[in-house]
Amino acid sequence: MSVRAARLEASAFGGFFERQANLYKRYWLWEVAWFAYGLVSVLSIGYLASGLGALGYDSSHVDLRQTQLYLLVGSLLWGYMSFVFFEVAFAIAWERWEGTIEYTFMAPVHRVTHLMGVCCFAVVYGLFRTALVTLAVVFLFHLDLSHADLLSAAAVLAISTIPLIGLGIFTSMLPMLSPEKGEQLAIAVQGMLLLVSGVYYPVSVLPVYFRVAGDLSPLTYTLSGIREAMLHHRPVGELLPTLGILALMGAVLIPSGLWCFARAEQRAKRLGLLKRSG
Amino acid sequence: MAVLEPIAEAPAVEVVNLSKTFRRAEKGAHWWTRASSQKYALEDVSLVIARNQVTGIIGANGSGKSTLIRVLSTLLLPDRGTARVFGHDVVSQTAVVQRLINRVSVEASFFKEMSPWENLSYAGRLYGTEGSGRRMRASDVLERLGLPLDTMDRPMKHLSRGQQQKVAIARSLLTSPTLLLMDEPTTGLDPRSKREVQALVAMVHAEGDATVLICTHDLQEAEALCERVVIMDGGRVLADGTPAELRAAHGPDATLEDVFMKVSGKELLTLEDEEGAA
Repeated sequence: MSVRAARLEASAFGGFFERQANLYKRYWLWEVAWFAYGLVSVLSIGYLASGLGALGYDSSHVDLRQTQLYLLVGSLLWGYMSFVFFEVAFAIAWERWEGTIEYTFMAPVHRVTHLMGVCCFAVVYGLFRTALVTLAVVFLFHLDLSHADLLSAAAVLAISTIPLIGLGIFTSMLPMLSPEKGEQLAIAVQGMLLLVSGVYYPVSVLPVYFRVAGDLSPLTYTLSGIREAMLHHRPVGELLPTLGILALMGAVLIPSGLWCFARAEQRAKRLGLLKRSG
Repeated sequence: MAVLEPIAEAPAVEVVNLSKTFRRAEKGAHWWTRASSQKYALEDVSLVIARNQVTGIIGANGSGKSTLIRVLSTLLLPDRGTARVFGHDVVSQTAVVQRLINRVSVEASFFKEMSPWENLSYAGRLYGTEGSGRRMRASDVLERLGLPLDTMDRPMKHLSRGQQQKVAIARSLLTSPTLLLMDEPTTGLDPRSKREVQALVAMVHAEGDATVLICTHDLQEAEALCERVVIMDGGRVLADGTPAELRAAHGPDATLEDVFMKVSGKELLTLEDEEGAA
């Protein structure tokens, strides 16, 4: 790629990032509502854990503080990951709804630039939102983070974003395959990830067929890695196998997602599915 | 990246035996008994459009005008035949063609919550227009199009259809296209907005070196704006020439409407149809 071509792609990348930022700015009231929803969801899980003692669970048998942290890590991560996943997955559906999809697809921009611009904003904004919720949670539940290795947790979170983006790209092509119903399948994919990835329970409690599905979910390794870092003070060095698996998943999911997206785009162009009306 | 300039001596558009079909489901009691048929949207269309001309394509709804524009915009893949823009193939040299074209469609498609400036800035970034002075250039174009500058930062949804269409034209002009594809840009506009948009098209042609291909079913518009007119119906080109040539070939007092009715055996849309289509 020439310097000029790289400059043009960088400009377009900035354009997608800026567009997403402008859209969120314009829909700020909705964002406040979604932030409140995200906060309430995490708090519910936190208070569920707080209530375990009242339900008769004996703290001599169960470390209730650790259990609470275990559940809150799951809830916070699920909030972040489902946000990024949805942002990427709905990137195309949103454009179809606005009627701008043809303009984006006829612009002289590589699809990887397009999707990465959207993803990058989702990651930055998702982290910001999750950080705010985390602050509220730490304040409200007086969490004991003395066993937490925040650097390790940050490393797992950073690497886990790569396969997450790959999964999102896979899902974002669904509205091109079925303009009417495709985007709704993203919700089903998200539900499946919630079930098999051990968000609120160890995957070991799942039947073997769900455990196999869980082994294929990047979220499983993300949750396991971050819990190890937050609850058991695992340094980055000890989490290298988890980081390696996540990086490998990303290395497979992003290129294969882009390849499938390109095939879906060609199909949509062949069948005339890029029109807003479908 | 390949050469981004038009190939010298190549016509603006060269279409050879271009065909595009869409599958249509036939009426039937149940989906499993329902047959499908192929409907030609374009049937062996061959066409050469010279540079720096305003060429009009006239035809009723379903005549293939928009399909042709979509193929030239790289949004649809043809089944057979070739289409070249300034010598570059729209299928195999998509990226090069995309740098040379822009399009204004019947529906001004924007992110409706975003302002004209935010939408124009986004488009400018996708096409790599210089960041410094982009706002000034956008203001300049909008002012020339007669749009009050206080609309620049208001959400698009608060603008009238005529104003939105002017922003759509500004968006296409900001990217300095060598070929401007306009798909019924005045359909559904009130008479005053229609005249203003027509004046803009004339101005674009007079001021720049762009080639304009404009689809319309407004014969007066075609007569007023176009140096050459192509009549299409049923996906085929029925007649091609300057308005004067076409009229002369069908009698001394023939209007363009007479010509259309004679070659197609149909009347163009009534005003009600036109409004319905909009």
